[in-house]
Amino acid sequence: MSEIAVSAPRAETRPSFRDRLGHLPVHVVVIFLMVVWLIPTIGLLVNSFRPGDVVTNSGWWQFFFEPTQATLDNYATVLSQANIWTGFINSLFISIPATIIPIFVAAFAAYAFAWMDFPGRNILFVVVVGLLVVPLQTTFIPILRIYGQVGLEGSFLAVWLAHTGYGLPFAIYLLRNFMGELPREVFESAAIDGASPVTAFLRLAVPMSVPAIAALAIFQFLFVWNDLLVALIYIGAANPTNDPLTIFIANLVGNRGQDFWLLGAAAFISMAIPLGVFFGLQRYFVRGIVGGSVKG
Amino acid sequence: MDPRLPTAIIVVVGIPAVLVGYILATEQVLRAFPERLKPRIRPWLWLAPALAFLIFYLIYPTIGTVISSFQDQFGKNWVGLANYAWFFSADDGIGSLVNNIIWLVLLTAITVGVGLLIAVLVDRVRYESFAKSVIFLPLAISATAASVIWLYMFAYQPPGHAQTGTLNAIVTALGAAPIAFMPTSEFKFNTVMLIIVTAWVWTGFAMVIISAALKGISTELLEAARVDGANEWQVFRNIIFPLLLPTLTVVATVMIITALKAFDIVYVMTNGNFDTQVIANAMYTWMFTNGNFGRGSVLAIILMLTVIPVMIFNINRFRAQEAIR
Amino acid sequence: MIGGSVTVLAQWTGTEQDQFMAMLKPWADETGVKVNYTGTRDEPTVLTTAIAAGGASLPDVAGIPGPAQMAQFAKAGQLQDLSTALDVDTYKSQTPQSLVDLGTVDGKIVGIFLDVSAKGQIWYDPKVVGDLSSSAPKTWDDLQTLITSNKSKATAPWCFTVESGAATGWPATDVLESFVLHTQGPDYYNDWWAGKVKWTDPGMKADWQMLGDMAANSYGGSNTILTTNFANAGDPLFTTPPGCLFLHQASFITGLGQFAKETKLTDYNFFPFPSVDAQYAGAVEGAGDLFGMFKSTPQSQSLMKYLVSAPAQQLFVQGGEFLSANKGVANYPNAMNQALGSLLANASSFVFDASDQMPTEMQNEFYKGLVNYIKSPDQLDSILSHLDSVQASAYSQ
Repeated sequence: MSEIAVSAPRAETRPSFRDRLGHLPVHVVVIFLMVVWLIPTIGLLVNSFRPGDVVTNSGWWQFFFEPTQATLDNYATVLSQANIWTGFINSLFISIPATIIPIFVAAFAAYAFAWMDFPGRNILFVVVVGLLVVPLQTTFIPILRIYGQVGLEGSFLAVWLAHTGYGLPFAIYLLRNFMGELPREVFESAAIDGASPVTAFLRLAVPMSVPAIAALAIFQFLFVWNDLLVALIYIGAANPTNDPLTIFIANLVGNRGQDFWLLGAAAFISMAIPLGVFFGLQRYFVRGIVGGSVKG
Repeated sequence: MDPRLPTAIIVVVGIPAVLVGYILATEQVLRAFPERLKPRIRPWLWLAPALAFLIFYLIYPTIGTVISSFQDQFGKNWVGLANYAWFFSADDGIGSLVNNIIWLVLLTAITVGVGLLIAVLVDRVRYESFAKSVIFLPLAISATAASVIWLYMFAYQPPGHAQTGTLNAIVTALGAAPIAFMPTSEFKFNTVMLIIVTAWVWTGFAMVIISAALKGISTELLEAARVDGANEWQVFRNIIFPLLLPTLTVVATVMIITALKAFDIVYVMTNGNFDTQVIANAMYTWMFTNGNFGRGSVLAIILMLTVIPVMIFNINRFRAQEAIR
Repeated sequence: MIGGSVTVLAQWTGTEQDQFMAMLKPWADETGVKVNYTGTRDEPTVLTTAIAAGGASLPDVAGIPGPAQMAQFAKAGQLQDLSTALDVDTYKSQTPQSLVDLGTVDGKIVGIFLDVSAKGQIWYDPKVVGDLSSSAPKTWDDLQTLITSNKSKATAPWCFTVESGAATGWPATDVLESFVLHTQGPDYYNDWWAGKVKWTDPGMKADWQMLGDMAANSYGGSNTILTTNFANAGDPLFTTPPGCLFLHQASFITGLGQFAKETKLTDYNFFPFPSVDAQYAGAVEGAGDLFGMFKSTPQSQSLMKYLVSAPAQQLFVQGGEFLSANKGVANYPNAMNQALGSLLANASSFVFDASDQMPTEMQNEFYKGLVNYIKSPDQLDSILSHLDSVQASAYSQ
């Protein structure tokens, strides 16, 4: 137990023939699921390289019989939109602080819920988690009214704070669950050594929770990056110069649904950033990063 | 260069500095208190920022929702329980609740089940990172684009014509008649299809969190069990699964709530037609299309009440977790 | 020069947004006002929220989803009286009285029509059924005869689809409205959207059955009707062999689906909805996009005045997608738009889209009712009595 600092790389031995054979069903299942999951997206990807009228009149797989259909027009149209880059930059301006703030605030609260004793702790925690169920649409009007009174509507700050509030229940839930699983002995011995809760939090709890924090960062970033409604309500009408990419992408489609195929090209452009975040943070999911063992 | 860049840098560096500074400052504040009171005050200082956000952005509006649910559509007159009575008599009131229960069961089962399966299996293959990215991909696609993807999947052409939808191309290649996916309400077929679309998006979520927890399980422990002669199924059943249980509860809880709040895909694909109505879509319609905040609020309240059993389960589990650690 | 800026929110996105911005450009150049435009299909939600929240986040000028919402917004005190912004006498002299009235709430002009569309035209391919521009069927019976004589040329007589995302069903409301207008007349039609005619009224039921008959004779049957986007409804007109002979749709269909790629007059043309009851011959239904002003500033006032002016309207119709609400606009970019414009101008009586004027709850249930009817024609009586029960509560609120 409590071998926190010991890194344990996986023993690399040559797999025997029997092991490899035993792995065959694993490969079959994994590859089957990957194919199933990819097909819808491949349809979108292929169609994003086909002209609009062709897309509506024939299936995407026809592309492979008539590769001459290939065109970059959809991407050219999307990228030629005057304000698409403004939207892109705005999305970064919105998403980065709206990811960082809730992680910090949630980490404090999660640590308190996991490792501090106070009356009503479990009830309060469950209320916080229960707030996950509040439909965001019910919060828009009262919040917007207050924003209007203090003049926050249309600003980035308005959405940073809103995404923090909306993201906290999940963030606290995830982090508290992870921190709660950390071994008690670590914190007890730290306390005996005279470490304050702040030190224990910053030196032990946070580094040991890196995989959970990385997972949280991925999701919070993703939700904010792909959000349309929150931005539309708090920024949209009042200050179009701050509109994020999602609003511009939704606008590629006419209000009667025409030109919807442009969405495919736009989706792949927009997806690049969250996928980059996913790849960037995925290395924190590798075994051994938290020192081999947090439990066992 | 964007003139707002300096501001952005200050924000990205400054906000974490302020927040860490706040936590460091709490110990200074606590010095003013006698030793005996410190452990009682400290938690509240740590919780304060989160509670402030939650009270302002979620609790305060919810109080407003409760009040609106007893008022007429303009929020001017009190109508008692009339809006609640309306819910239980409305055509899609109970019907949407039933659909939400189907959502809850199926969405949670598929996302947690497949998410767990993939997380455990890809742990054993060399292309783990790539495989996970594939399952994660749909989450990175915005809801607007996802609706276009499934438009391509579900597209219907009359029998005898070349199908343009992926699924109907498969169905007709197998010799069956093409299916009009969304209008087919028999045996809740269309609701199940909408759930599958949502599961396609959210399985990556379950997989990432389960996988992160899986990486936290000691390899020594697993190796020790294998050396003792346990087969892979026994290792999974007796060691991995129990250790993942807390994480699976978190994922299942989040998916249950996602199922209760199901909205986007229903709104885009059917808007509740063909018996696919769900509470959140009905709420949206009443609030923003029909402008009736009284009825919309009742639907929101019903939605929030349905989560109570899940939360009770969570309380019990946390008590159990604390008892053993 | 006025300078400064104005925020504008509208439902126009894509190419429609481009045309709108092109229309604004001369004004922006002349006045030096910067236009900050947001286009979104979620506009009703944004406006409803902003108004309920007290109005601080409202844009200066915005498109209004329909007359029913306009009345709601005006009663909430958020829509500004336009009499100071517009030159009222000029506006009234250049705009059809019915449209002026539709933009007036409690005696105040609060909404203007940026554009109009003619609804209920029958579209066809002259290469299939011949050029009907001088021999258009005058009556519904003539049309049935025409269908019978051309039956062998296409899979089905009609093309008909109603899918439109969250608003699925609206194309069918237009079809029903054509039948109501031409079987029962404009007075009945206006009483109907006002909630004074029951849905279970025998005349109304007969009109639903006429729609049901059209659906039963449509390309692909109910599955195609319910799953195909309305923009592609007319695509089978142009296939070989044709999937259908005729399509009922409004003037804006020419910018959508396969229509947008075919050539006006040679590949497709239209004739007005034939009369069913001769006394209502020549009645035309129209619709249009309303604009209102939420914040009165020199910039927004100047913009509203510009929007209704003949030069702005002339510029707007030049793109070929819109018809003008301004009687001073007579030069359309092509003969077909010219014909559509004169159809509206010379209507024996003009009615506005009925579903757009119903309370939103009624409108929503109307959409859903038609969707249900197309899926399950045998449920007609229960659908109509359900609509009666909605009518009983929706109008009293």
